[in-house]
Amino acid sequence: MADVMVMNDIQETADRLGIDLASVDFDAIRLPPGQDFGILSDDEDIHQGDNVELDSGFGNIIIVDNLPVVPREKFEKLEGVIRKIYSQIGLIKDDGLWMPIDPETQKTMGYCFIEFNTPLEAELAREKTNGYKLDRSHIFALNVFDEFDTFMKVPDEWAPPESKPYTPGENLQQWLTDEKARDHFVIRAGSDTEVLWNDARHLKPDPVYKRAFWTESYVQWSPLGTYLATVHRQGAAVWGGASTFNRLMRYAHPQVKLIDFSPGERYLITYSSHEPSNPRDANRVVMNIFDVRTGKVMRDFKGSADEFSVGGTGGVTGVSWPAFRWAGGKEDKYFARIGKNIISVYETETFSLIDKKSLKIENVVDFCWSPTDPILAIFVPELGDHPARVSLIQIPSKDELRQKNLFSVSDCKMYWQSNGDYLAVKVDRYTKTKKSTYTGFELFRIRERDIPIEVFELENKNDKIIAFAWEPKGHRFAVIHGDNPRPDISFYSLRSANNTEKVKKLTTLKGKQANALFWSPSGHYIILAGLKGLNGQLEFYNVDELETMATAEHFMATDIEWDPTGRYVATAVTSVHEMENGFNIWSFNGKLLYRILKDHFFQFLWRPRPPSFLSPEKEEEIAKNLKKYTKKYEAEDQDVSLLLSEQDREKRKMLKDEWEKWLNEWKLLHEEEKLERQKLRDGEVSDEEEEYEAKEVEVEEILDVKEEVLSFEE
Amino acid sequence: MRPILMKGHERPLTFLKYNRDGDLLFSCGKDHNPTVWFADNGERLGTYRGHNGAVWCCDVSRDSMMLITGSADQSAKLWSVQSGEQLYSFNFGSPARAVDLAVGDKLAVITTDPFMDSPSAIHVKIIARDPADQIGESVLTIKGPQGRINRAVWGALNTTIISAGEDAVVRIWDSETGKLLKESDKESGHKKTITALTKSADGSHFLTGSLDKSAKLWDMRTLTLIKTYVTERPVNAVTMSPLLNHVVLGGGQDASNVTTTDHRAGKFEAKFYDKILQEEIGGVKGHFGPINALAFNPDGKSFSSGGEDGYVRLHHFDPDYFHIKI
Repeated sequence: MADVMVMNDIQETADRLGIDLASVDFDAIRLPPGQDFGILSDDEDIHQGDNVELDSGFGNIIIVDNLPVVPREKFEKLEGVIRKIYSQIGLIKDDGLWMPIDPETQKTMGYCFIEFNTPLEAELAREKTNGYKLDRSHIFALNVFDEFDTFMKVPDEWAPPESKPYTPGENLQQWLTDEKARDHFVIRAGSDTEVLWNDARHLKPDPVYKRAFWTESYVQWSPLGTYLATVHRQGAAVWGGASTFNRLMRYAHPQVKLIDFSPGERYLITYSSHEPSNPRDANRVVMNIFDVRTGKVMRDFKGSADEFSVGGTGGVTGVSWPAFRWAGGKEDKYFARIGKNIISVYETETFSLIDKKSLKIENVVDFCWSPTDPILAIFVPELGDHPARVSLIQIPSKDELRQKNLFSVSDCKMYWQSNGDYLAVKVDRYTKTKKSTYTGFELFRIRERDIPIEVFELENKNDKIIAFAWEPKGHRFAVIHGDNPRPDISFYSLRSANNTEKVKKLTTLKGKQANALFWSPSGHYIILAGLKGLNGQLEFYNVDELETMATAEHFMATDIEWDPTGRYVATAVTSVHEMENGFNIWSFNGKLLYRILKDHFFQFLWRPRPPSFLSPEKEEEIAKNLKKYTKKYEAEDQDVSLLLSEQDREKRKMLKDEWEKWLNEWKLLHEEEKLERQKLRDGEVSDEEEEYEAKEVEVEEILDVKEEVLSFEE
Repeated sequence: MRPILMKGHERPLTFLKYNRDGDLLFSCGKDHNPTVWFADNGERLGTYRGHNGAVWCCDVSRDSMMLITGSADQSAKLWSVQSGEQLYSFNFGSPARAVDLAVGDKLAVITTDPFMDSPSAIHVKIIARDPADQIGESVLTIKGPQGRINRAVWGALNTTIISAGEDAVVRIWDSETGKLLKESDKESGHKKTITALTKSADGSHFLTGSLDKSAKLWDMRTLTLIKTYVTERPVNAVTMSPLLNHVVLGGGQDASNVTTTDHRAGKFEAKFYDKILQEEIGGVKGHFGPINALAFNPDGKSFSSGGEDGYVRLHHFDPDYFHIKI
């Protein structure tokens, strides 16, 4: 592997040579043939496999069909109309509009060619005016000239596709069958991306696969952990395999910026945004939905950024990602996006809108899916006389399950519990004077009849809410509240012994240095973390026993991630800070297991696990017989730790022996040279730490002599 | 024990040196006055006045009679330790950086920085027994390495000179002919500027510290890499205990990048490592700037650190220290 340059080095080199990096067009750089500077290309199969598509250079020409057939006299007028339509879209080249005339009838032939300056404009023209109704009988049909060839090549007779013999693929979930039930994680540091085992027993990571320049921006696991997705200039790719990481599929999407999987990882949405040719326009946004396994585009969405950035959160700044939100569950049946006064819900059978129309909801600003069911929770702020409201809508019937009107609301946030059992709506309301706000919660119990709603307020309702989090799979939630730098943290439960339907407070922890909550994915445990300004304070808290298990610190920590099983936690300092980059792995109860330092550390991601196949009964049975199972594992653990300490001892002994040996060799030589050293010192015998005798030497120095005559007075 | 805080320098410290008996401590700083202290109680004995620039390095003769200092004022000076009198001044055309006296104190090696057109260089001078006979001529001048040479010391029997600096390479030169004998391997060696180099008490090995956040232990004769100590911070200073198998690394975030929010962010600790096992033993906090200089008392019972903050901290070890087991 050749030395890999980090961006910093490149910057330095550029500075030294007086090059402004911003002015360099990296796309224009072509390496000499055969020279890869040690960076493996991802494109190897492009060169071998499919022929490189040659640009025939007519991408900027469009053909407009279904024009009226007009005689000579009206030619000028029609041309004028067409020119007017298309010059709005882009710059038509001089002589770029050509409408052929049938020499026999002296009439136009019902189509014309338009040459734009750039293929981008041609593409835009096609999008905008395909289907344009000039009048009732003339609906434009547009094609780009380049594509004409392809259309012509379509054989007239349908030939059945060749059926390929089935070759069984690798087991993509091999990692789940690990003997020691370890978990994978991926890290990105510098130019390297690396997948490792978390070998907590041996207190170190165990490498699986490493690759430099694996991705151009970031990596992402699919939600069930089957794939690792990478993002490149040409598109996205997914990787996986039984023992190593092979590329399984590529999804072409030039300049792709963001990607998002559906929760059942059947579909992948890719997003890119392009500078418009006309600076007054908003950025053009392209989104493709791919089928992950076949790599086919199932549907694409194109438009200006404005169309996709409605809904309050995105505002003018850009498209909020993910633009499409998926309904919960593994089926990947529905996805939705929010627009101006509408929510568009699509279903994946046909990739079209349900009932062919969007949900019309005036002024809607936010929505979210239940994590498990096709239920939408939407929030509509106050408008005129209408109060603000939160509604639950069933999909696909679009029935409103429950609605709650709210008054003098300034903002609203919705939090689903991970099983979809509860929905908490955090409501910021104005006080009577409208000068300040206070916060309350509306708690929906989805699973109960008629979905009862409970209004819940903190004891001191003026407290600012810093963080809120549901216990995954549980019935408890935690809130950080308070105004001072050391806020309080309270725990509440929605389940009480006598089913009084009341939120029960469990405890309040006073004055904690925390600003973020991280529940273990299996519940029961939570990390109260002080990130960012609080320098990475960590408190590991057991909510069952209501006791602190450990307090610790990962100085400057920026990210905290539980492993999917809830056994280990990773805390990381990513390159937002210059120093201290790296990650720590802790046990669930706050014992630091190991720490790894890496410069330019960007990402740490645990590989997710698919949900367990065990039935609740089976799980309960295991929990009951836990003692029996733990014995076996404890014995194993002990063996490992014995082995470890043995190995450690041996290693230390070896190091010590080596050192002794080296030292003795050196001493021999040193002895031989003794005389020569003495000579250098003019015969002074003593070598190093000799027993020098302390001689006391008295030195008297006369600093000054002064004679003064003192008068003697009686 | 509580460290003794010695405030005498007005600017960041650059170097610390004990005399052979371990009763005197010499400190150099970016202010112009090298200072001598009682190594036991930190009392200031006096300063050596005459330099007109930052003083980068010093060395003291075996009999504690003569001090040599290298300064950015383009000179290296000889001083009488006792009287503070300047005995001689070697003048160069560029700032002097490292100085080291040979076994027998009859030779000194002085390095100079690249300046204007002249490249960096290593000079060997004869030190006369009687200051009156002192001459300024170099016996040998070695040129070659790029960038500053931050440290140069004598190898075994004065036959070699070991140099290290900004180009991250450790080199061993023949002190007679000036020929390059050995060069550290690019792969295994340091990746960034070497800031510090200390010989072991017996002269069998030496330790280098570098901005690549590591320190490395080398065989003095063969220049084989023996150990590497990895830390979280750029290393500015290194030293080794003459008594126990401990190495101490000092450093911290570059002064210009130091955060203003929390002193811990800079990691201005002196870190102790087990020399053989390469494992961290502990740390001594205190400075509120990077540590630029470290020195062990020859008796191994105390050490001192000098920081960018202008303080020298003198640490006498607690009895527990001598029974650390890992």
